[in-house]
Amino acid sequence: MGWLQKLKQGLSKSSQKVADSLKSLTSLSSLMGASKLDASSIEEVEDALIGADLGTKSAARLAEAMRKHKFDGPVTSDSLAAALADAIAEILRPVATPLVLDSAHRPHVLLLVGVNGSGKTTTAGKLAQQWHQQGKSVMLAAGDTFRAAAIEQLQIWGERTGTKVIAGDQGGDAAALAYTALEKAQKEQADILIIDTAGRLQNRTELMDELAKIVRVIRKLDQSAPHDSVIVLDGTVGQNALSQVKAFQQAADVSGLIVTKLDGSAKGGVVVALAEEFGLPVHAVGVGEGADDLQPFDAQEFANALTGVADRQD
Amino acid sequence: MFETLKGKLQTVFDGLAKRGALSEADVDAALREVRLALLDADVALPVVKSFIEKLRNDAVGVASLRSVRPDQQVIKIVHDALVEMLGGDAAPLNIATNPPAVILMAGLQGSGKTTTAGKLALRLKTRERKKVLVASLDMTRPAAREQLRLLGEQAEAGVLPEADSETPAQIAKRALQVAKLQAYDVLILDTAGRLSIDEALMAELRDIKTITNPHEILLVADAMTGQDAVNTAEAFHKAIGITGIALTRLDGDARGGAALSMRHITGCPIKLGGVGEKQDALEEFDPARLAGRILDMGDVVALVEKASEAIEAEEAERMARRMAKGQFDMNDFLTQIRQLQKMGGLGGLMGMLPGIGKMQKQIAAAGIDDSMIKRQEAIILSMTKKERVSVGLLNASRRKRIAAGSGTSVQDVNKLVKQYQDMARMMKKLGGKTGAAAMKAMMGGGLGGMGGGMGGGPGAGVPGAGMPDLNALSRGLGAGGFGKGLGGLLGGGPPNGLPGLGVKPSGKKK
Repeated sequence: MGWLQKLKQGLSKSSQKVADSLKSLTSLSSLMGASKLDASSIEEVEDALIGADLGTKSAARLAEAMRKHKFDGPVTSDSLAAALADAIAEILRPVATPLVLDSAHRPHVLLLVGVNGSGKTTTAGKLAQQWHQQGKSVMLAAGDTFRAAAIEQLQIWGERTGTKVIAGDQGGDAAALAYTALEKAQKEQADILIIDTAGRLQNRTELMDELAKIVRVIRKLDQSAPHDSVIVLDGTVGQNALSQVKAFQQAADVSGLIVTKLDGSAKGGVVVALAEEFGLPVHAVGVGEGADDLQPFDAQEFANALTGVADRQD
Repeated sequence: MFETLKGKLQTVFDGLAKRGALSEADVDAALREVRLALLDADVALPVVKSFIEKLRNDAVGVASLRSVRPDQQVIKIVHDALVEMLGGDAAPLNIATNPPAVILMAGLQGSGKTTTAGKLALRLKTRERKKVLVASLDMTRPAAREQLRLLGEQAEAGVLPEADSETPAQIAKRALQVAKLQAYDVLILDTAGRLSIDEALMAELRDIKTITNPHEILLVADAMTGQDAVNTAEAFHKAIGITGIALTRLDGDARGGAALSMRHITGCPIKLGGVGEKQDALEEFDPARLAGRILDMGDVVALVEKASEAIEAEEAERMARRMAKGQFDMNDFLTQIRQLQKMGGLGGLMGMLPGIGKMQKQIAAAGIDDSMIKRQEAIILSMTKKERVSVGLLNASRRKRIAAGSGTSVQDVNKLVKQYQDMARMMKKLGGKTGAAAMKAMMGGGLGGMGGGMGGGPGAGVPGAGMPDLNALSRGLGAGGFGKGLGGLLGGGPPNGLPGLGVKPSGKKK
C-alpha cells in the first residue's frame, strides 16, 4: 500500500466527518441554487474545521475565505470541499518541503526533538532506514539517556536498518553523548548523523535548557550544526502543538517538523495552524510503524484527505 | 488564556449597569467566549456544544449576588459545570477483589502506557502494599518489554519473564497463571499502542480481555490530545469497554480539554493522572483542578469562594475598627490563624494556586506545614485571657508555663511573641489610616508575619509581605488585581515568590 492510500485510509474517518458536515450543510434548502454560502453554513464549515484540530483562529479565517469565495454556479458539497481543500493547500504548499541533505556537511547533523511519546525514536529509525537504502552512510546517536530502554529501542532500529548506533549509558549526559557521536561521525566521514533526544515537555525549563546545551555542545565541533533541527509532533495533538513548536524553537532552533501517527483517526489539522503561525517546513508524515511508513508531506493531498475530496487531479 | 477569557467576560459585562438577574443576551455573549476558550483548550466540538447548552440553562436568570460581579459569577458557573462534567469526586482504582486483580492498560502509541504501568506498579506497591506483577504484551515496539522490565524492577515489582514467539494473548494467559500461582495481588498488563481504527489489533485486545477478565481497563491518553480524543475514547470504549482513563503528561502546559471530551463520551471516570517523569509522579485525578486548568485559572474560583466564606464581614469590620485604634492583641492574632485554617490550611491554600506542585519539596524542606499553624494556635490558647490582651505580662516563667501547656518549647513561644510584636508595630504605623485601608494592610502583613514565623527567619512579619487582602483578591478576579494578589499571597515577588513564603526574610515587598 502506498503512503497516499495509507494516509487517506487513516484520514478517512476524519475526512468523513468533515465531508459529512459539508454534505449536511449543503443540503440546507436555503443554500440550494445559491452561489454563496449563508451565515449558518459558514458557521458549520468553521465547526467542521475546528473538529479537525485546525484551531479556532485558522478555522475562522478559512470559513471567512469560504464566505467570500465565489463559486461557479450553485454550491454543492463537492465544490465546497474542493474550494476548502484548495484554500488549505495554499496555506500548506509553502511549508511542504522535504528534508534535503547538504553533502557539503560531513556529517549532515539532524537533531530530533519533541515531547514524550511523539515518536522521535521511531522516526529516527525510519529516517536511518531510508537514507541507508539510498546508499548513504548513516549514524544514529542514542541521545535519550533518560527513558528506560530508549537506548535499546534505537539499537534495535540500528540492527534492523544496518546502521551504527552510538550509545552511552542510561542516565548519562546527553550532550556529552551527542558530542562523542558527532566526533565519531566526523572521523568516519559519515553522510548523516541522526541524534535522537529524550522527550521533554516544553514547560520544563531545566529540560529545555538541557536540550539547548546539546545544541551548544555539538556546535563546538561544527558551527553550522545541527543542519536540521526537527520537532516530531504527534498527529493526535491539539492546540498545544503551538506551544510546543514555540518552546522548542527557542531551545533548539527548530527548523522544521515531522508529524507522526497520521494513519489513525487523528486529523493532524493543527498543521494548518502551525503553518500559519510559524511557517516552518513540514518535512514528512508518519503513517505507520514500518520503516517505510515515513513519507514526504504533500500539501494538496493532505488538504484533499482532510476535506474529503476524492482523488482529484491537480 | 485566563487573562483573555477573564478580560473578555469582563468586557461582555461592562455594559451591565444594574446588577439584576443575568439576561439571556448577557449569557449568550459570555457563552460565546466560554465556547472559544473551551475549543482552544481542545475540548471536542460536540462536547462543547452540549456543555454550552447545559450552561445556558444554568446561567439564565441566576440572580446576581450582591458582592460578586456577573463575569465572576459566570466563571464560577462554568467552573462548577466543568467539575461536574469531569466527574465530581476522585474515582479510586477498583482492585478490591479476589486476587489477582488484573489491570489492563490500553491506548494509542506514545500515550504513556508503559510509563504509567511502571508508575502504577510503584504506587500500588508502596501505597497499598500490594504484591504486583507487571507483564508486557507489547511485541511491536522495539525494546518495549525491556522498558517495562526496567520500570518493574525499579518499583521492586515482579516482572513476567520474556519468552520469544508468543502472541500477546498467550503472554496474557501465562501472566495470569503466574500471578495466581505466585499469589500476586495485582497483575498489570501493558499492551502495544494501537490505533482505534485498526480492527485486527482491537480484536486482539478483546481476546486479551476475555482471557484475563480485567477488573480495570484503563485507557491511557495524552493530556495534549486534540479533537481526536473523542474518536479514540469512543472506539476503545466500544471495543473493549474501558473502566477508567489515565491521563498522562498533566505536568505539561496543555489545557487538557481532551479529558472532558473523553469523560463525556465514555462516561468513565478519569482515575489517574501522570504528573511528571519520575516514577512516583502518578496521582489520583482531581476534577476540580483540571476544571480550573481548562479555564486556565488555577483553582481561583475555589479560592475566592473559600476566602469569602472564611472572612465574615462583621469580623473584618470589628478588626478594622480595632486596627484604627491601634489595638491588636493575641486574640486578633488567633483569629487570623484560624481564618487561614478555615481556608484549608497552608496546604489547601497552596494547592489552589497554579504551579505550586513543583515547589512542594522546597516547602517541605523549609518545614512549613500546617502543624506549625496548629502549634501557634496551641501557644495562644495556652495563654490566660489577661496574657492575650497584654503580651507585656509574658515573663520567663509564664513563657515556660505556656510552652509546657501547649506542648511546644520556650523558643517557639518566643518566636510567636516576636512575630506578634512585629505585627503590632506595623499596626500602629497604620493606626491613622481608615478602617478599610488598615484592614487591607493588616491582612497583607498579618499572614505574612505568620509565614515568617513559620520559616523562622529573622525580620519576619514585614508589612505587605504576605497575604494580600482577600477582599481585594475576590474583587481582583474581575478587576485585574489577580496577579498582584497572588504575588502577595506567595509572600512577595511573583511569580517565583513562593520561596518567599516566610522562608526567606527577603520577601519584603515587590
